[in-house]
Amino acid sequence: MASESIPLNIIDHATQPIGERLHAWVVTVDHKKLGILYILYGLVFFMIGGIEATIIRIQLIVPRNNFVSPEVFNRMFTMHGTTMIFFVVMPILFGFGTYLVPLMIGTRDMAFPRLNALSFWLTAFGGLLLYYSFVGGTGLYGAGNAPDVGWFAYAPLTARVFSPGHSTDFWTMGLLVSGFGSIGTAINFITTILCMRCPGMTLGKMPLLSWMYMVMAWMVILAISPLTAAQLMLAIDRYLGGHFFDVQAGGSAVLWMHFFWIFGHPEVYILVIPAFAFVSEIVPVFSRKPIFGYPVMVAATVCIGLVSMSVWAHHMFTVGMNTYGNSFFVMTTMIVGVPTGIKIFNWLGTMWGGKIQFKSPMLFCTAFLFQFLIAGLTGIMLGTAPFNWQLSASYFVIAHFHYMIVGGIVFAIFGAFYYWFPKMTGRMFTETLAKWHFWLFVIGFHLTFDFMHIPGILGMPRRIYTYEPGRGWETWNLIVTIGVFFQIAAVLVFVFNIMRSLIKGQPAESDPWDAWTLEWSVSSPPPEYNFGKIPTVLSRRPLWDLKHPEDPDWKFE
Amino acid sequence: MSSEAIARPSMEPELILPSRGRVGMFSLIAAESAIFTIFVVAYIFYIGKSVSGPTPKDVLELPIFATVCLLSSSLTIHLAVKALRDAKIRAFGTWWFITILLGGIFLAGTGREWQRMIFEKGLTISTNLFGTTYYSLVGLHAFHVTVGLIILTLGMIFTLLGYVKQEHSERAEVFSLYWHFVDVVWVIVFTVVYIIGR
Amino acid sequence: MKDPKHERKLGTILGLSVGIAILLAALFLATSLCAAEGPAIPSIFKPESTPADLSYHLALFVLAITGIIFVIVFSLLVYAIMKFKRRSADGPEPPQVYGSNQIEIAWTVIPVLIVLVLFMATARVIHAIQDARMPKGATEVTVIGHQYWWEFRYPALGIVTANELHIPVSDPSRPSPTFLKLLSADTDHSFWVPRLAGKTDLIPNRENKMWVDPHNIGVYVGQCSQYCGIQHAKMLLRVYVDSPSQFEQWVQLEKKKVQPSAAASEGQRIFETTACINCHTVSGTIADGNFGPDLTHLMSRDTIASGAAPNTPENLKTWIQDPDSIKPGSLMPAMKLNDHDLTELTAYLETLQ
Repeated sequence: MASESIPLNIIDHATQPIGERLHAWVVTVDHKKLGILYILYGLVFFMIGGIEATIIRIQLIVPRNNFVSPEVFNRMFTMHGTTMIFFVVMPILFGFGTYLVPLMIGTRDMAFPRLNALSFWLTAFGGLLLYYSFVGGTGLYGAGNAPDVGWFAYAPLTARVFSPGHSTDFWTMGLLVSGFGSIGTAINFITTILCMRCPGMTLGKMPLLSWMYMVMAWMVILAISPLTAAQLMLAIDRYLGGHFFDVQAGGSAVLWMHFFWIFGHPEVYILVIPAFAFVSEIVPVFSRKPIFGYPVMVAATVCIGLVSMSVWAHHMFTVGMNTYGNSFFVMTTMIVGVPTGIKIFNWLGTMWGGKIQFKSPMLFCTAFLFQFLIAGLTGIMLGTAPFNWQLSASYFVIAHFHYMIVGGIVFAIFGAFYYWFPKMTGRMFTETLAKWHFWLFVIGFHLTFDFMHIPGILGMPRRIYTYEPGRGWETWNLIVTIGVFFQIAAVLVFVFNIMRSLIKGQPAESDPWDAWTLEWSVSSPPPEYNFGKIPTVLSRRPLWDLKHPEDPDWKFE
Repeated sequence: MSSEAIARPSMEPELILPSRGRVGMFSLIAAESAIFTIFVVAYIFYIGKSVSGPTPKDVLELPIFATVCLLSSSLTIHLAVKALRDAKIRAFGTWWFITILLGGIFLAGTGREWQRMIFEKGLTISTNLFGTTYYSLVGLHAFHVTVGLIILTLGMIFTLLGYVKQEHSERAEVFSLYWHFVDVVWVIVFTVVYIIGR
Repeated sequence: MKDPKHERKLGTILGLSVGIAILLAALFLATSLCAAEGPAIPSIFKPESTPADLSYHLALFVLAITGIIFVIVFSLLVYAIMKFKRRSADGPEPPQVYGSNQIEIAWTVIPVLIVLVLFMATARVIHAIQDARMPKGATEVTVIGHQYWWEFRYPALGIVTANELHIPVSDPSRPSPTFLKLLSADTDHSFWVPRLAGKTDLIPNRENKMWVDPHNIGVYVGQCSQYCGIQHAKMLLRVYVDSPSQFEQWVQLEKKKVQPSAAASEGQRIFETTACINCHTVSGTIADGNFGPDLTHLMSRDTIASGAAPNTPENLKTWIQDPDSIKPGSLMPAMKLNDHDLTELTAYLETLQ
């Protein structure tokens, strides 16, 4: 393949002055740089969101604690949720996609490079705007400062009368701005994937990651927009005297809930489908087999995308919908579990009969499989409405969704990080440190989130800054908080590993994992133009075909 | 590499990939449709639920003339794009200009209607549920018309300066997709607000 | 040649998987055991009323099914990890299997069947709870959620009280359930007493309903379960399930007219000439505010500030003078009375039996 790159280093970046090099990053429209910017941005906010979580957990370590006031606590859980979803996980996932998709489909950049840059900077600015609330949100007594209305900002708590000052507005505006960034990125993904694949790469031959990012992008288009609309309505209520959610004027609090969750539920699939994408690329390579059931994986992902748009009111089982409404959403919630389960079986099928190497990317993906299984099952539990009437808005739900987001998505992200770090940076990381990171994080994760289910079962609601002693919640809260410190240790090891490897890591070859997709055919890091010559592919694993000319995929697919 | 390509029996047919501009614009239209859908749903949900204040029957007058203008502008922009594809720059410029005029008339008509409703009938966005949902929905649409007019005007300026050529016809066509979308939204808004909701 | 490091790694994975599995099993066991201690623990697995019973039994059914699925898939995963781990660095790639339609069909059809079964079981319980008709002997209570306290009105009995709900026990042979109508005066709240029923939200401009039929006498705790503002955490609930005679006694007490007491007349004067009457009602006097709880029978309650503190004279004084020390951010203003007024006022409140 002629795309084994001859490094055409027209500009020798290492000798440029630092100011110019930084400037290049600021004005870049190159998908690789933008991808890295997204990921770094997400990592920084990961630390901040983690600090917010730590404050929450320290406050809850014993009943009737005084570590922070209720005002601060309420701001902490609001900002923690909003940050982690919008300014950590979404940017990191967008970052990986922006970096990988053009490389994996054999093209030089995304369809709209300048839109790509604009989308990143909009997202980044949205986060800064939200965080400016800590310093700039003055208002009436006790009413300024960061938003404290919960990450789903239910009406009428967000009305001017209950949330005076501007804290809620920072939430609205920050997310509105970054929402436009997300939509821009989604348009870019869809257009790139549909219009810029290399010769031979039909839709049925593109990597699963590409399929999953396309489904995710379509969901962003259809789901972020309702949030945008709802936030515009909230802004109209708060600033122009509108009555969309003004119950005194006949407005409906439940309408906000519907609009929010029409966004909110697909959103969590937007978060998890790229995690599926990473696992679907990593598990085959480390099992030394192709993904089991590629067409079914594609179909299942599309099904998940479609069905997940119809389950939203399972977040609203307690608002008093009638029997038919509740039953409908029970049905759709259960149905969406079927294609999800199929994927777990397919990953299992990929590992089955393989020769699995448990390097760190695979360790994280294996843990993902176990943890995603459990999270999915607690999701099924929560989908049965009467059980939900007990468990909703309790610590059981918090345990469930953290199991998904941390135990599933964050683990998959760490796996992706280790897998593609050599490609993106041209350096190998230290495997021993990565394993320390893994095991510390597993221990911390399970201490915190396994035991967190129990207070929920014992009646502890969420979003309470303190709790009564004698309800049986104390021991479990203590254990949950202890787990946090293991997770902090793990993340510190991770950061140390990354920084050390950036400076002193072994130079990475183009294909350190003996993998099969196009990004491994170029140097690490890739040249700015990606491919010397645009490749032509004959199967889903073009590098397998090259390495195994006696047994190429295109004979069997 | 090429030896494998030849060895493989019956290559896949050449990949025909759609144009980036069209796909990108369709995706944008999909997103915008989702936003408008939520505003329409809110409008429909709140029909008849205002606790006080003027009702649609009291204040709404069918904006027939403005609607005809806007819908005709879809035709004129189509003619403009067709002309540009046939390299008829002057015809393109003429139809493009008429599109701007028609769009402008629509906006002016909306403005006049709002002036009447606010100052004569006393309906503002904060009066009641009807006011809120009406001005939001129609306003959101008018905002999209405005953005469209700005881009149309930019195109007009480029045409007058002689920069627009036949090779730009695809770009003009992609923009016209946006303009058609704005018209389709108006059809829906008109139906919901002026026909169903009255 | 087997690499000892590989063996150790295998051991670690094995050990951890087994460990985690045991842990998880122990968790649920522990939960039930823990919850066995004391009625004060509001465990959803210790139901005391039909809606909670129905949810509990459905929960057990769902747990059983998901538990089986978990054990099967978990075991397969552990087996795959152990059996298919690479033993030696060299050697050919394993057979490249692309998929199997039969297997895909199997593991699609079986989950669909499981989903159908779960759905039908769930729909039945939803219907049983939500569509239950109110029988003749039912007690009706209107619950109005406020920031950050609960108002309870018994329309048929003409009673208004706050924060502590008294309801009669229900004998299964002659059911006397309590039906609650749920309203809100400001923002969203949620009524959750886990041992009696699942939660239902209180949403302004919307009427919701729920019912309970407690089987045993006792006090059941709960709290608001929809974030409603700064003191959401201390909007606690106490439900007193009374025997028929106890309930009758309580009703009579609540209906009794308040007798003005000469000894407390100074306190009453202070009450009626300070801002107290803007928010509070004491029936039979000029105090008829309804922003805060009805205080007519304040002393019949065990706690004040919706459960934030026990109802003692000391706490009453603190609540009036400096409510932020008990419930920071609550809407009770600090009254800033001098010592004499505070003592007299508290003495007056003590007479509101």
